[in-house]
Amino acid sequence: MKLTKQEEKMLNGKMGDAVKKSMEILVALGEIYGADRLIDVSSVQVAGVSYDNLGDAGLEFLADLAKDGQVKVLTTLNPAGMDLENWKNLGISEDFAKKQIQVIEAFSKMGIITTCTCTPYLVGNLPKFGDHISWSESSAVAFANSVLGARTNREGGPSALAAALTGKTPNYGMHLDENRQAQITIEVKTKLKGTSEFGALGHVIGNKIKNKIPFITGIKEADLEELKSFSASIATYGGTALFHIKGITPNKTKKPKEKIIVTKEDIELALKAMNDDIEDMDFVSLGCPHASLKEIEKFAGLLKGKKVKVETWIATARPTKRIADTAGYTKTIEDSGAKFACDTCMVVAPLKGRFKTLVTDSAKSCFYGRSKNNFKMRVGTVEDCINAAVTGKWKSNA
Amino acid sequence: MIIKGRKISKGNAEGEVLITDQGISFFGGVDPNTGIVTEKGHPLEGKSIKDKILVFPQGKGSTVGSYTLYRMKKNGTAPKAMINKEAETIVAVGAIISEIPMLDKLEKDPFSILKNGQRIKVDATQGTIEVL
Repeated sequence: MKLTKQEEKMLNGKMGDAVKKSMEILVALGEIYGADRLIDVSSVQVAGVSYDNLGDAGLEFLADLAKDGQVKVLTTLNPAGMDLENWKNLGISEDFAKKQIQVIEAFSKMGIITTCTCTPYLVGNLPKFGDHISWSESSAVAFANSVLGARTNREGGPSALAAALTGKTPNYGMHLDENRQAQITIEVKTKLKGTSEFGALGHVIGNKIKNKIPFITGIKEADLEELKSFSASIATYGGTALFHIKGITPNKTKKPKEKIIVTKEDIELALKAMNDDIEDMDFVSLGCPHASLKEIEKFAGLLKGKKVKVETWIATARPTKRIADTAGYTKTIEDSGAKFACDTCMVVAPLKGRFKTLVTDSAKSCFYGRSKNNFKMRVGTVEDCINAAVTGKWKSNA
Repeated sequence: MIIKGRKISKGNAEGEVLITDQGISFFGGVDPNTGIVTEKGHPLEGKSIKDKILVFPQGKGSTVGSYTLYRMKKNGTAPKAMINKEAETIVAVGAIISEIPMLDKLEKDPFSILKNGQRIKVDATQGTIEVL
């Protein structure tokens, strides 16, 4: 890989230890993946924020980098292991909170905006078509590449952080035109509506194609929330960083000859696979990926004048909640007994053993609820989930 | 016998080979406090990778695995060096941030020339290994 004189200086430690370590990471990745050079990025999203995943060693690594590291471009954070303000009310221990706050302080010291959300594109970290960026968080990577038309590989926490501290990333993979072409056509033969059905579609396609790039036809319309849910699900069950939906996403691609058909039955089977045969439940979590303003308005409408019987979380970015505060949605939701979980979500919070059965509209939450926390699962529409929250029993209207 | 490879993370080490033809997930698959492989059904399940020259095809699983390697290095449970068939992001980044010497793409297939318990010298900076 060819480096400029300035980049050589950065690699040799002339610009400080954090820059040196970052350049070592980026150059090694560039060599592994055959990049010709480093390119500038305009935006970074850093994952690896929850103390539950980082542990003391991760915290130490971040504190070391924060000694002389400063971000060069707009950088935001993935969800943390707890709501940074309201953690006590959500049952987080003092010890965990203390460590989690140290993690956030290290990031903050480096100049990172500590909004802690998996939907940075909803709170002002919004790249435009064609921008080179370095994002971790698989759902945001799929959304940025596919829906926004920006360009990023699926970065891990340290490689995204290295990009933030240098403003650079190696030029390979999703940054190059030739790697962004669809590899398989998916013909959807059924009408889909809502976050849970789009999540089920991601489950079906992800399981079938793994990390291939699909060209999806047969979807007439999809709103922001449905695309957000689909991005999370296809990245979780498959591993793809990019998808194309005919008539909806902006990237150009040829239509591949190899074709898979998705039927109504496939969607029903995926929903069935995500549901355990259980009626009693003790936890409802909505907002995976983090709820948009439109979703919060919908939750407020459904919860108005009602009381929830079980622990109910609405995960969202703090700036989104601030707007909900002003709009009055927060009061309606909190009057019902449901709680906001800002800065965090059920995927990264330390929840193992606290609950038995999780109800959600999110296919991604289903995967992590099972694999990380051993929960029994119920996945349905937002209406099904809120109904379960207020009655304490699962009953699908589907 | 000196065999050439590609440097991923610089440094030198000498030690005993522990080899597996299966990928390793450091996050969730290895106990960072002991260095023992915990992944169910893995050929190395129950074995410690601490202070070994760990030879495996490549990493797998969560990207948090990079931090797990860093944690192991701090705990004194990390391998002395690592050799991959072909490196991927998680282990490569983990090796760099933890300063564990690492090579990949040896000019000869590591699974036909290296055996468990063999002593070898790794010079990742120069990109060579030597079977002692």
